[in-house]
Amino acid sequence: MNHESPELTLDLGAFSLTFNLSTVLMLVITAVVVFLIAFIATRNLKLKPTGMQNFMEWVMDFVKGIIKSNMDWKTGGRFHILGITLIMFIAVANLLGLPFSGIVINDQLWWKSPTADPTVTLTLASMVTVLATWYGIKLQGSKHYFGTFFQPMSFMFPLKIIEEFANTLTLGLRLYGNIYAGEILLGLLAGLAGSGVVGFVGAIIPTMAWQGFSIFIGFIQAFIFTMLTMVYLSHKVSADH
Amino acid sequence: MNLDYLVLGSDGHFNGGDVLATLVIFLILMFLLKKFAWGPLMGVMQQREELVKSEIDAAENARKESAKLLEEQKSLLKDARTEAQTIVESAKKQGELQRDEIITAARAEANRLKESAVREIETEKEKAIAAVRAEVVSLSVLAASKVLEKEISEEDNSALIKETIAKAGEAK
Repeated sequence: MNHESPELTLDLGAFSLTFNLSTVLMLVITAVVVFLIAFIATRNLKLKPTGMQNFMEWVMDFVKGIIKSNMDWKTGGRFHILGITLIMFIAVANLLGLPFSGIVINDQLWWKSPTADPTVTLTLASMVTVLATWYGIKLQGSKHYFGTFFQPMSFMFPLKIIEEFANTLTLGLRLYGNIYAGEILLGLLAGLAGSGVVGFVGAIIPTMAWQGFSIFIGFIQAFIFTMLTMVYLSHKVSADH
Repeated sequence: MNLDYLVLGSDGHFNGGDVLATLVIFLILMFLLKKFAWGPLMGVMQQREELVKSEIDAAENARKESAKLLEEQKSLLKDARTEAQTIVESAKKQGELQRDEIITAARAEANRLKESAVREIETEKEKAIAAVRAEVVSLSVLAASKVLEKEISEEDNSALIKETIAKAGEAK
């Protein structure tokens, strides 16, 4: 499974940026798919919803429920759009790796879940942490916000600092680990199926089972990521925590 | 054994471009979705919420209105009933009064008719008696003159006979 990544390095003088073109491609595809689903579902909006509008409203209410279980809607309402976008984006990203996982061109892996790349998941997790800190300072005032690092006792300060990093790391790595592991196993099963007639027959049932499980995992991880995002946000913005 | 492949970023470089791409793509997606999908959808859901609220209010108002109207109708019905009762009662009273009047009038009329009839009968009777008397007198005169064959003036004779008859009448 150690394929090369199609990498491109841009030299910008003072620093250089390395792009994994496969990741960028899959991110764009994910974004386009999510946008198309949402865009098509919200054409022809009616007060009496039908078809896709029902689904989208269900997603919105679902995320609303997640937010409401963590904080009151007055503070949490501003994270609604973030939550819906996150859950849709991650769910689609997780599922994208399933159909053609492991398309390899010139020994370079092109098609995969973008969330099977730790850079992507850790970026999203860092974004959540930065947002949480930003809104914590904005809504509670910097004095009160930094004061919470010494609550309930000042010797907790190092632990609180570690907690920040631990939260970010676990949030990103949980998603990455689940999806990457799923793709590894799918890749191994695909290899088994390609090994011969016996292997092909033997691989059918495990592949189907694992694909089904991966679909489940994909949705569950999207839900967990959104849920934990809201948990971390509520820790920062709610005064009672 | 080389375990480096288990370490993230072990190939010695940091994919800053991927970080940037992830952030930019995610934020653009969020912005576009807000503008084209979530915004309108939230608007519609908000609109529906308001519609439901206003419908509930309208239903509540209609309920109150109908209760008020019902109360009004009830009181109107009660008024109409009492009015009808008074009308019926007054009509009854009026009818009784009229009946009495008619009966008295009829009674008076009957009495009057009876009296006039009695009076007429009386006069007729007297007239008849007078006529019979006159007839009897003339017959008697005729008979007497035939019997006596005597020249007595008719006036004397009739006076005589009248007297006789009157006496006879009194004797009866």
